[in-house]
Amino acid sequence: MGKIDVKEEQNRVFICTGTGCILSGADRVNAAFKEEFKKRKISEIDIVQTGCHGFCQQGPIIVIQPEGIFYPMVSAENVARIVEEHLLGGKIIDDLLYKDPSTGEKVPFYKDINFYKKQTRIVLRNCGQIDPEEIDNYIEHGGYEALKKVLSEMTPEEVVEEVKASCLRGRGGAGFPTGIKWDFARKASGDVKYLICNADEGDPGAFMDRSVLEGDPHSVLEGMMIAAYAIGASVGYIYVRAEYPLAVKRLKIAVEHVKKKGFLGKNILGSSFNFEIKIKEGAGAFVCGEETALMASIEGRRGTPRVRPPFPAQSGLWGKPTNINNVETLANIAWIIINGANKFAAIGTEKSKGTKIFAVTGKVKNGGLVEVPMGTSLREVIFDICGGVKDDEEFKAVQIGGPSGGCLPAEFLDTPIDYESLTQTGAIVGSGGMVVMDESSCMVDLARYFLAFTQKESCGKCVPCRVGTKRMLEMLQRMTKGESNEEELVLLENLAQDIKVSSLCGLGQTAPNPVLTMFKYFRKEFEEHVKEGRCRAGVCSELIAYIIKENICKGCGVCKKHCPVGAISGEKKQPHEIDVAKCVKCGICMQHCPFDAIYVAE
Amino acid sequence: MAKINLVINDRKIETEPGKTILEVAGENRIKIPTLCHDPRLKPYGACRVCLVEVEGARTFLPACATEVIDGMVVKTNTVPLYEIRRTIVELLLSDHELSCVTCESAGQCQLQDLAYELGIEENRFEGEKHTYTIEDYNPLIERDLNKCISCGRCVRICEEVQQNSIYTFANRGFDAIVTTPYDRSLIETKCELCGQCVSTCPTGALTEKMSRYKGRIWEIEKVKTICPYCGCGCELEIQIKNGEIVRVSTDVESGINKGNACAKGRFGYDFVNHPNRLTSPLVRKNGELVETSWDEAIKTVADKFSKIKKKHGSDAIAGLSSAKCTNEENYLMQKFMRAVIGTNNIDHCARL
Ligand SMILES: Cc1cc2nc3c(=O)[nH]c(=O)nc-3n(C[C@H](O)[C@H](O)[C@H](O)COP(=O)(O)O)c2cc1C
Ligand code: SF4
Ligand code: SF4
Ligand code: SF4
Repeated sequence: MGKIDVKEEQNRVFICTGTGCILSGADRVNAAFKEEFKKRKISEIDIVQTGCHGFCQQGPIIVIQPEGIFYPMVSAENVARIVEEHLLGGKIIDDLLYKDPSTGEKVPFYKDINFYKKQTRIVLRNCGQIDPEEIDNYIEHGGYEALKKVLSEMTPEEVVEEVKASCLRGRGGAGFPTGIKWDFARKASGDVKYLICNADEGDPGAFMDRSVLEGDPHSVLEGMMIAAYAIGASVGYIYVRAEYPLAVKRLKIAVEHVKKKGFLGKNILGSSFNFEIKIKEGAGAFVCGEETALMASIEGRRGTPRVRPPFPAQSGLWGKPTNINNVETLANIAWIIINGANKFAAIGTEKSKGTKIFAVTGKVKNGGLVEVPMGTSLREVIFDICGGVKDDEEFKAVQIGGPSGGCLPAEFLDTPIDYESLTQTGAIVGSGGMVVMDESSCMVDLARYFLAFTQKESCGKCVPCRVGTKRMLEMLQRMTKGESNEEELVLLENLAQDIKVSSLCGLGQTAPNPVLTMFKYFRKEFEEHVKEGRCRAGVCSELIAYIIKENICKGCGVCKKHCPVGAISGEKKQPHEIDVAKCVKCGICMQHCPFDAIYVAE
Repeated sequence: MAKINLVINDRKIETEPGKTILEVAGENRIKIPTLCHDPRLKPYGACRVCLVEVEGARTFLPACATEVIDGMVVKTNTVPLYEIRRTIVELLLSDHELSCVTCESAGQCQLQDLAYELGIEENRFEGEKHTYTIEDYNPLIERDLNKCISCGRCVRICEEVQQNSIYTFANRGFDAIVTTPYDRSLIETKCELCGQCVSTCPTGALTEKMSRYKGRIWEIEKVKTICPYCGCGCELEIQIKNGEIVRVSTDVESGINKGNACAKGRFGYDFVNHPNRLTSPLVRKNGELVETSWDEAIKTVADKFSKIKKKHGSDAIAGLSSAKCTNEENYLMQKFMRAVIGTNNIDHCARL
């Protein structure tokens, strides 16, 4: 790697301090830089703590600006070298660079990494690029220009029309056109109107809203202000998941900063627009993300959904007209105002415009947050951007939309990700969770996992969801234990259908989706469990046994030493044996056998 | 008022706006089953057995919470709806203590009735069942959560009608359950023991302790009367077996109270057959109270009043009338005090 022209005064070290990177040690890296700078008396180089870059699997991440050199998985021990060789020496440190998993080549520049190159970052435009705790940093990046434009040049009607023209649809799950929703709220009569930002994000596996709140809270606040202006709301609430302490902290800082700048309060920027924002920490329930339950929770009542109509636009928080939007929806708004509805609508498919963030996890090489234009195929996201299946295993399925979504097999990899196409398959865009699975995942077990989640999180108000999902869960539990029968398979499907069409709110209506799609695409696996008592993935422990192959076993005793329950016996140098009755099927013996003598029998 | 037209089960119906599908169907003798509905309460839409098909709607809609609109085409009796109702009732029964043989509510239980109507002989669903042991040592209301279907009617009537909010739901999912503050007995809460919750409970989860084993609903005779306790004039249904009151109920369709009543009206009937109850007048002779005729009793009172009036004047006498009397009786009482006794010293217990 050649020497590059580093002008010291321009150097800035961007350290990701999103939750993911903090967990992998960003705070220690941060401290090491400060320490090192102190030791060497360096004061011209800024350390900027940014929000999440989305490439969480590679954390802690640092980017050296202005060139944009990307160092993944940095440890505190690497810091002295980075300061010495790169910042002072002007030399890119080859062995610390990111290596592309498919080509094996080193990629020095942030912008050249496949993970980023193929994304279109609108919502995540500032994440990783600015210090989320500094409002001036946001403003330097064009922040609050959209607010200024709206307040000085546009009527509320024009704002609504602009958002309508952009065809932006709600990113909270249902995909309802945002402009139309605003129009309802704007036209509703009421002395007071409320605007709520839904930041409850309870889907397991979804963390896009958290990253936006942690990495660019002002984009959400600006979106809220514009929405409030458009519908005529004077008070805004952010209902944020209490289990997101960093997001809560950064939101609080951001609200303080905007107040000081005069963007909140009375006669904002000299206009007649008044608006205040309150932060309400969530009650720790998935169902509180459902809009009517959320409002009940803000009002201090038990978070249970209620029948709609009346819709929030007619009668919402404290009976007043209310507009609820998701974090990601709102983070799009300022961009649309500045760049124009047409530019936004030019991205995506006919009916799904703009971009969507997906949280890709599971058996994938480069998991993280990925923002792509609507209509991008599953294959592009999973293989081109995220590098494909971990350890180059066979792709088996992808679960999209979390516990409300569906599970799709390989033949759907070329499905474009948009609201209509995914709904057709039985999955949903949902909030954007994407779990990649290889052959080691058992579909029945996964169905059981999701049902256990929805059952636990059901509010218990309506019968199909309260009791129905419990009975579904029990059937699936029996299937994973080989205690079920073919009749139950039919019953499970019927019950799933009934729950889907008869539950009160979206939680119950979508809870059967994982099971129904798995039935559609992986029915054989269910049948194997039920008819043959067989789990091909070797996950359902009661359907499998660990066996030592007599002819391969050398009697070394390693397995015996590691077995936590003493289920293995055998003389030295003699073939060992596993006592099936004692074995708890943890698989530790198999991991440790140096001769691969232990296998899983179904 | 503007009329609207709709079709329910192929029948053309004309009605006024502002009503729910359930109300309009009921007025036209089209039965839609319900469990969580009570006309005294706001629509809740939780039990899902009243789901109906509405042409053009994306999903089935709860009849109890959906207002009729002009041109609406509704079906209440299709095969898919029947399937859903069946599934729901089977699900409820799969976590229900089926002790109908001795249950106080047998014969007047909406769950039992619906299971019967749907012909549920076998339950396709089985699994974990709750076994709650709730010892609520209040004297009047038996709470058996093993028969609770979480319809929320008790929670809502206590909040919406009584404004007392004793009950609430606790827990989530399968374990969601109605409870009291800190799980306490009703008498350790602000409960007024009005029994409104008992009156709305569709199952045997809330019943009257005083009526236990006293009489089945099909054995009793119901007599409608006006509550004797206060001037409100609530209508009560006195349930009688073998000439004895075994229970007091109310009818949500009639009376000025439309099914509501207070603790006295609902539970204060034990005086009727009480051995200490006075059934003839008594006068004191030689320091002892002895039975006498009405004529003699009235004469005694009249004589004594006359004497007092003569000796001390009319204002030495005062009258206090009772809320248990009718309006007419109270009118007569004050007339008597003013015109016959000659005093304005007349008052009424309801003013105290
Ligand atoms: C069980 C359940 C959970 C939900 N959780 C969330 C959530 O965490 N965040 C969110 O924005 N929307 C959630 N929603 C969707 C909201 O009800 C609502 O549709 C959304 O906030 C509207 O905003 P949008 O139009 O911008 O998408 C949930 C819905 C259901 C039924
Ligand atoms: S579907 Fe589930 S979460 Fe929604 S209201 Fe019914 S019980 Fe509650
Ligand atoms: S008896 Fe009356 S006050 Fe007490 S819980 Fe029932 S409805 Fe509420
Ligand atoms: S106790 Fe009765 S009224 Fe209350 S929720 Fe249970 S079944 Fe409904």
